[in-house]
Amino acid sequence: MRRTVRMVFLTALFAFVSFAVTAKEVKERPPIDIKDLLLEHLKDSYSWHFFDTKDKSIALPLPIIVRSKERGWFVFLSSKLEQEEGYKGFVLSTEGDTAGKIVETNKAGDVVRPFDISLTKNVIALFFSCLLLMAIVLSLARWYKKKEKAGEYDAVPDGMKGALEWFIMSIHYDVVKKSVGEDYKRYSPYLLTLFFFIFLNNLLGLIPIFPAGANLTGNIAITMGLALCTMIAVNVFGNKAYWKEILWPDVPVFMKAPIPIMQVIELFGIITKPLALMIRLFANVFAGHIIILALTSLVFLTVAMGPMINSTMSVISVLFTALMLVLELLVAYIQAYIFTMLSAIFIGMSRKTHS
Amino acid sequence: MDLMIPDSGLLFWMLIAFGILFFILARFGWPAITGMVERRNEGIDKALSDAAAARQLLASLKLQEERILQQSREEQEKLIEQTTDLRKQLIEEAKEAAEKESKVILDRTREQLRIEKEAALQEIRLQVATLSVEIAEKLLRQQLESRDKQRELMDRLVEESFQLYE
Repeated sequence: MRRTVRMVFLTALFAFVSFAVTAKEVKERPPIDIKDLLLEHLKDSYSWHFFDTKDKSIALPLPIIVRSKERGWFVFLSSKLEQEEGYKGFVLSTEGDTAGKIVETNKAGDVVRPFDISLTKNVIALFFSCLLLMAIVLSLARWYKKKEKAGEYDAVPDGMKGALEWFIMSIHYDVVKKSVGEDYKRYSPYLLTLFFFIFLNNLLGLIPIFPAGANLTGNIAITMGLALCTMIAVNVFGNKAYWKEILWPDVPVFMKAPIPIMQVIELFGIITKPLALMIRLFANVFAGHIIILALTSLVFLTVAMGPMINSTMSVISVLFTALMLVLELLVAYIQAYIFTMLSAIFIGMSRKTHS
Repeated sequence: MDLMIPDSGLLFWMLIAFGILFFILARFGWPAITGMVERRNEGIDKALSDAAAARQLLASLKLQEERILQQSREEQEKLIEQTTDLRKQLIEEAKEAAEKESKVILDRTREQLRIEKEAALQEIRLQVATLSVEIAEKLLRQQLESRDKQRELMDRLVEESFQLYE
């Protein structure tokens, strides 16, 4: 109890001091556009922005790789785009559908997007998380291989490795084995990769400092990539019974011929299943980040309301943000679990032998 | 709302990165871990089932042991009973034989006694006869001591003899 009181007091003090330091300058600034501020933090960007000083923003420039239809490939650093006129005909769009993206003006005078595979903030975060996951899993695997080579077949790891083993095997047994069924060992590597990729990125998304902090699993392109992989796993390896269920299901004949009502519904289902996966993960992570950011920006929004309200709101904001972060930890696990389990169930359904 | 439109560049890198990640982990990562843990679990399961089997065997052995013990106890009891019976029988037989023997001995003794008694009686009888003859002789001699008496007797004898001839 005494510790809680002390923590609340310290938080309040900190908020007040930070307010006192920044108040004078902030008052002269234009009012914050909270919507833009939130979305900017959640969207992808061409550079990795850290913080703003008084006159410039500190950011890590990232390579931009674009291919113009007329002029071919271009590779340059994002810092070159900061100039008003852009770089070699490429500028950052500020309005319309292409806002925030690189655009060029073609010979006909239309503003178009080039083929853009720039290593953006999210791509770098993606590479980082993939390397991190690889390092973790491969170092654990190396331990097992070493023990196997030494002939210690029933060696049990302890400490962090033991915890990881428990975590991996809980997914392997409770999710993959239970949902996929008989040939679960064939799908276990994919589903484990899926789970730990999502879980790791969910966690990294909660850490606000470089190189974590990118909103990866809250980006629809990432969740779409994952959903596509599951869609392939389900449909490419689906067996005869699965396709029969789609093309000639066990329903009265008039429902499947001459007008293929059921087939259309089933084919629609092939698309909606991964679509639901994609939207669910994206929306959950995105919403969590929005709430955390909104709570955090309470500190800055209430500056104009005077020191009393501002400091009170700061304390509340910090407390609630901490609370939300704890909740998001749970969500990070749950969403990874749900995505993996549903993928496993869909795969299991496509591998059932009896119809 | 461009939030809901997936960016093709990011999707491109995502598919490549995730593909490589999956390939490497599926090749060098997960199977090493899950394979060994599964094998370990199988080993544990086997050890457990072996232990259960051993326990069962032990229980059955114990049961058998109990049965054998019971059997031997019964046998022992039976044996004891048998020996007791035999003993009784032996004693009985011995008793009977002894009785018979003693009876025979008794009988024989009795017979001997009887014979001896007979002999003794015979002897006594003989002696009594001798004695009576001697006594009679003595008595006669006493009676015939005087001459008168001898004459008288002779007379009576003669008379008697005459009477007989008449």
